[in-house]
Amino acid sequence: MRPKSVKKIVAFCQDIFEDITFAKARQWKEAQPGRKVIGYMPVYVPREFIHAAGMLPLGILGGGADMEVIHGDAYYQSYICRIPRSTIELAITGKLDFVDGMMFPSICDVIRNLSGIWQIMFRDKFVRYFDVPQNFKDEVGGVFYMNELRELKAGLEKLSGQKITAAQLNHSIAVYNENRTWINKLYDFRAAAPWNAPAAEVYLLLRAGMVLPVEEHTQLLKDYLTAAAAEERPLRDNCRVVLVGTFCEQPPLNLIKSLEMAGCYIVDDDNMLVTRWLLEEVPCDGDPIESLAKAFLHHSAETAAKYEADLEQKGSYLLETIRKRAADGVIFAAPSFCDPALLDQPMLVHRLEKLKIPYITMQYAENSGQMQPIREQAGTFADSIKLWSAS
Amino acid sequence: MSQQVVKSQSQLLQKEMISRNYDRITSGQCKVSSTFVPGNLNELLMCFDIANNLPEINAIQNAMRKKSGEMITDAERSGHSEDVCTYVKADIGMMAKGNIAPNGKPFPDPDLLLLSYTGCFTFMKWFELLREQYQCPTVMLQVPYAADGKPTRNMRDYIVKQLKEEVIPTLEQVSGIKFDIDRLREYLRKSAIAEDDLVWMLEQSKRKPSPIDCYFGGVYYMGPIFTAFRGTDEAIDYYRLLREEIQQRIDLGLCAQTPEGDLPEEKYRLVVEGPPNWTSFREFWQMFYEMGAVVVASSYTKVGGVYDYDNFRHDPDHPLESLADYCLGVYTNRNLPTRVDMLARNVREYEADGLLINSIKSCNSFSAGQLVLMREVEKLTGKPGAFIETDLVDPRYFSPANVKNRLESYFQMIDQKRRAVMAS
Repeated sequence: MRPKSVKKIVAFCQDIFEDITFAKARQWKEAQPGRKVIGYMPVYVPREFIHAAGMLPLGILGGGADMEVIHGDAYYQSYICRIPRSTIELAITGKLDFVDGMMFPSICDVIRNLSGIWQIMFRDKFVRYFDVPQNFKDEVGGVFYMNELRELKAGLEKLSGQKITAAQLNHSIAVYNENRTWINKLYDFRAAAPWNAPAAEVYLLLRAGMVLPVEEHTQLLKDYLTAAAAEERPLRDNCRVVLVGTFCEQPPLNLIKSLEMAGCYIVDDDNMLVTRWLLEEVPCDGDPIESLAKAFLHHSAETAAKYEADLEQKGSYLLETIRKRAADGVIFAAPSFCDPALLDQPMLVHRLEKLKIPYITMQYAENSGQMQPIREQAGTFADSIKLWSAS
Repeated sequence: MSQQVVKSQSQLLQKEMISRNYDRITSGQCKVSSTFVPGNLNELLMCFDIANNLPEINAIQNAMRKKSGEMITDAERSGHSEDVCTYVKADIGMMAKGNIAPNGKPFPDPDLLLLSYTGCFTFMKWFELLREQYQCPTVMLQVPYAADGKPTRNMRDYIVKQLKEEVIPTLEQVSGIKFDIDRLREYLRKSAIAEDDLVWMLEQSKRKPSPIDCYFGGVYYMGPIFTAFRGTDEAIDYYRLLREEIQQRIDLGLCAQTPEGDLPEEKYRLVVEGPPNWTSFREFWQMFYEMGAVVVASSYTKVGGVYDYDNFRHDPDHPLESLADYCLGVYTNRNLPTRVDMLARNVREYEADGLLINSIKSCNSFSAGQLVLMREVEKLTGKPGAFIETDLVDPRYFSPANVKNRLESYFQMIDQKRRAVMAS
């Protein structure tokens, strides 16, 4: 029996979020002999392949705000971000012992090298560093990417002992198309009435999608939207902001709550981009590898982990998001020591400054505990936006 | 610290070569491409008469002249995070100060940014940042990460295709010169000759005593081949001269050369992982040679190309494929298990006392995973490892007392191990 009210749905998602033993994924695996679970890290992997192989894709996003990292610090120097050390902590303490393989997407050198640590420490597991093209031409980056996808497919086939057919892949594409459609509807719903879909709830819904089977997650999204549309919650005098930089190491949930409490409705963000990476529906009646490759090359989100070949286009994705969501400003919240977010930020800032779009910058770690400075900074930002827009 | 720095003929020759290259870059007489050391395509740039300007080298030059600290803080004041690569910030800070080259003349704005995206994520963002400033043509060569230890055919084909369809047409357009593959072959043939001498040089530190230091001295020895001279007659001459010098040292039974003369006695033999600190380079080196420590092998001398581990040489018969293989093989583009294997082999084959890691705050490509790497090498070799932390070009992150303290403790540990072996 699925929970139906907003309160129950959010509580259900909160339980999944807080459970660092991944009980739901374990249950899925135990429900049928031979099932396999593949962990993946941010920012993007084509989960359709894992799904088509009959396996469960499991988003690994670090240990969160409350997990004490004891062993993980022995693996990383103090000047490296927190997500790899808490991920190692999860593994060493047995919380990922049921995970049959890990995928490490091409996002930065830290996650890249974590793939090597996994190769050394967990020799019996499937480990895939998932490289993606930074050249977006079909005949150049596209050919490379399609071959990478074929290698991924072969690796999963070897692990499962089963071939992945084109029909299975096309089915998985359709399943993820539907999930993406509902996530986009959730984002549209929040942007239209952010008081009725608080950022923390949207965040928890997305986090649930990192653990649940995709079909179940899609139903959860439908249920939430139905329940949330039936409720009218109090409208606050908040400004509307886009949150940028939270695509890998996760902000503490309290940080997201603090931003809204301080007067900033989050009307878009780059949380869990894997769920919205592909911007258009992927055809599910052709060559699935080609379809996914073309979607990646020509219709995918812009983020710091990607190269923008055209100077004029740099930051245009953010500007379009601001326009589409009628945002008043941007909050750049980057994890400490995050190369992609922090190196990209000055370029995005320059674009905003040219257009006189207000912004603030802040840094966090997944276990940041002190929210008062965040509230003060965000509150001042919200006040200043309201003052400007009133003038 | 002695003020009198002892320099060999080859060091003097290299100084002259580098100075000549800066004069060429700043002359306004040729097109200039900024590009990076790992995965640099010097032979290809030479086919288009384009001079090669390397921002990491400029940052190093500024650090050694004690100028990088201010440049970095300037960049931070203009919005760049304290947490990111200090090479990038030194480069951006240098621009704000007029972009003055080591020869005192201003660098011209580059005609091209050749983004060799090899083994370092930061490179990509660095040149996006520079492109914003210079608004000049930018071409990327993406080198896939050799995640499973061996590059695949797909990776190689991808690089070759990018060279053919992106890089070479851009170079033709910028230079106005048509690509001549035979010219490239000739340069690659010359590269291979110099590379043979380079590998000979690297392997001489297997001798006891080692006639060279392969980290502090090594960065000088690698200079020409890692920068603007691979593929030139000058590089061939330089490495021939270096070889003669080293042979002479071997014949005389000399220990490694230091800035204060020949090391009187070789007490410790180390393998070092990670780049050196550049802001206090001499002081850092002194901590080693004063204790009688010589570095017999280092990963940093592989950052611009690995020639000894799997015997790679540029191949004039397969010019573009050879450039692809070169890029794929640079040290930081290899996965952690391969890096472990390389270092463990170094410890064993060079009969080192252990592995020392100089972990660089700025450089996640090197640094992330080094603690695991150290433990693995210890496990494989039975030799003790040690860990120090500094930075590339940010003087705020070089703490001499801490570094010295750790080194002294490490040498004591090696002594204890030796005594234990002798007692058993």
